[in-house]
Amino acid sequence: MPTLVSHPDEVKVLSRRFGQGAANIDKYIELDGYKAVQNAIAQGPDKMSSWIIDIMKASGLRGRGGAGFPTGMKWSFVPKVSEKPKYILVNGDESEPGTCKDHVIFREDPHSVIEGAIIAGLAVGSKMGFIYLRGEYRYLLNIMEKAVADAYAKGFLGKNIFGNEGIDFDIITQTGAGAYEVGEESALMESLEGKRGVPRIRPPFPAVVGLYGGPTVINNAETIANAPHILLMGGEAYAKLGTERNGGTRLFGISGHVERPGVYELPMGYSLRKAIYDVAGGIKDGKQLKAVVPGGSSCPVLRADEIDVGLDFDQMAKAGTMLGSGGIVVLDETVSIVEFALRTIRFYQHESCGWCIPCREGTDWIKKTLTRFHAGGGTKKDIDNIQYLAENMMGRTFCPLGDAAAMPTLGFIKKFRPEFEAYLAGDRVANPLIQIQPVGELVEAAH
Amino acid sequence: MAAITHTIFTPATAARFDKLATIYPLKRSALVPMLLYAQDEIGFVSDAVVTELAQRLDLLELDVRNVLSYYSMLRTKPAGKYNVQVCTNISCMLRGGFELLQHCKDELHIDHKGVTPDGLFSLEEVECIGACCWAPAVQVNYDFHEDLTPAKMDAVLETYRSREQK
Repeated sequence: MPTLVSHPDEVKVLSRRFGQGAANIDKYIELDGYKAVQNAIAQGPDKMSSWIIDIMKASGLRGRGGAGFPTGMKWSFVPKVSEKPKYILVNGDESEPGTCKDHVIFREDPHSVIEGAIIAGLAVGSKMGFIYLRGEYRYLLNIMEKAVADAYAKGFLGKNIFGNEGIDFDIITQTGAGAYEVGEESALMESLEGKRGVPRIRPPFPAVVGLYGGPTVINNAETIANAPHILLMGGEAYAKLGTERNGGTRLFGISGHVERPGVYELPMGYSLRKAIYDVAGGIKDGKQLKAVVPGGSSCPVLRADEIDVGLDFDQMAKAGTMLGSGGIVVLDETVSIVEFALRTIRFYQHESCGWCIPCREGTDWIKKTLTRFHAGGGTKKDIDNIQYLAENMMGRTFCPLGDAAAMPTLGFIKKFRPEFEAYLAGDRVANPLIQIQPVGELVEAAH
Repeated sequence: MAAITHTIFTPATAARFDKLATIYPLKRSALVPMLLYAQDEIGFVSDAVVTELAQRLDLLELDVRNVLSYYSMLRTKPAGKYNVQVCTNISCMLRGGFELLQHCKDELHIDHKGVTPDGLFSLEEVECIGACCWAPAVQVNYDFHEDLTPAKMDAVLETYRSREQK
């Protein structure tokens, strides 16, 4: 079971019910649960939607899945009138390596996800929501299913919710069956329609043509779970917790070589250095910091001298990387970047759905080259080749998986080229545990 | 829906599938969860599972196989009763995921995707399972085991072994 952690610098908005048994619906109600949605309904059918969207816009909340798109704006893009039903889709397919924040939300506060989904439904005029969890999260699906059943039993879901004539909202919960790519919005819709998780070309965007061809709002689970809190505290108050254009707080999962790994809720813009050294207790076993992957494995790496940066979307972009999914992975001085880069690309190669060529071929060739390089059969030209392959994937794929594989690869090569060169000179030896093909064959093939 | 005259599933699962086929705006939507639940019961996605799910959802068997081959948790061969899935992705790797995988290989005398001769355990090296802050982590079937060391891993395996002896 995930251990809950705490630090005085945390600002607990989303996580304020964690550890209090809020998976129980009565406990959730006692802790101000299902108040926000009733406040919204009390605005009346004409004003409800604009009331919610105005607050969400004012909150400065940006998508917590990784892209950082402003949530209020996303909701406002959904057409008011639609022939086809509109849908709310909660993306809990949390699969980006380094990310386990939604895991904690589903376990500790499942009703906040349900309440958030109803609020999103009221905002865009949808009567049906789906909560899609990754297949590995079976025990969390059980928690969510129980929460949904409890909400139905109280009349918070179904027909005439909270006793309001004509306001209906249904929720279906389900899991995937193991696929990183399904965390991508259009691939998730394909999966939910019972197909392979292959991305769709856009436009049209999901807000216009989404699930079953209807207008669809798709939000990360953390984004959705924030909505009730924002309605209760007000958009401006939430925005003020963060930095300009980066409202509020965020769950950061700090993992790797730190003394106190865990999921912490910190204000947007909080210093990355302090997050590592104060909040997570510094580098494990008194070692030195080497590098940080700041927002899940797809984000370009930062060197130890680049961590004086605030954790918000804009400051991270300025620093040449991304805030991503908020999964901060910390590497100490002992880590071989060659080995780390290989493990990273092995993941993306495995998860590439194969639909478009730059991603399918690019991830495969980078993996092959790095495997040989790591095994001791590398040449100087390989370093340039890897960079060339990654550069040619960037922006040339249907969905962001191609970029997600190329960006960290480019980061490793650009920030740690001397280490790749030193590796060629025999500076380090291959980790025998990571090898996936007989080394002899790989080295022979290279010469 | 073509009437299911003979089901390979237990009455509870069959009833669950009857319901799943009705709750979505599009029946086919139930396919991915059904495949997983079917596997949970049968142990893997057998030809008979493919045939029955295709029938239940008015799909071609080819459609079912096409989806089946995409998802990494679905398998077409039996695994061990307890499928040990060791994560070696970055957060776990940094805290000893590869060493843990090697330890499991040595302890169980099987390799990646192998099954012990008694059918009790199988072993898999898996991608991120969403337990990064509690690394290194392992999933045995759907149960998470976190903050592991080789010694703790032995204890985990032992609890499953002793379950069998009861």
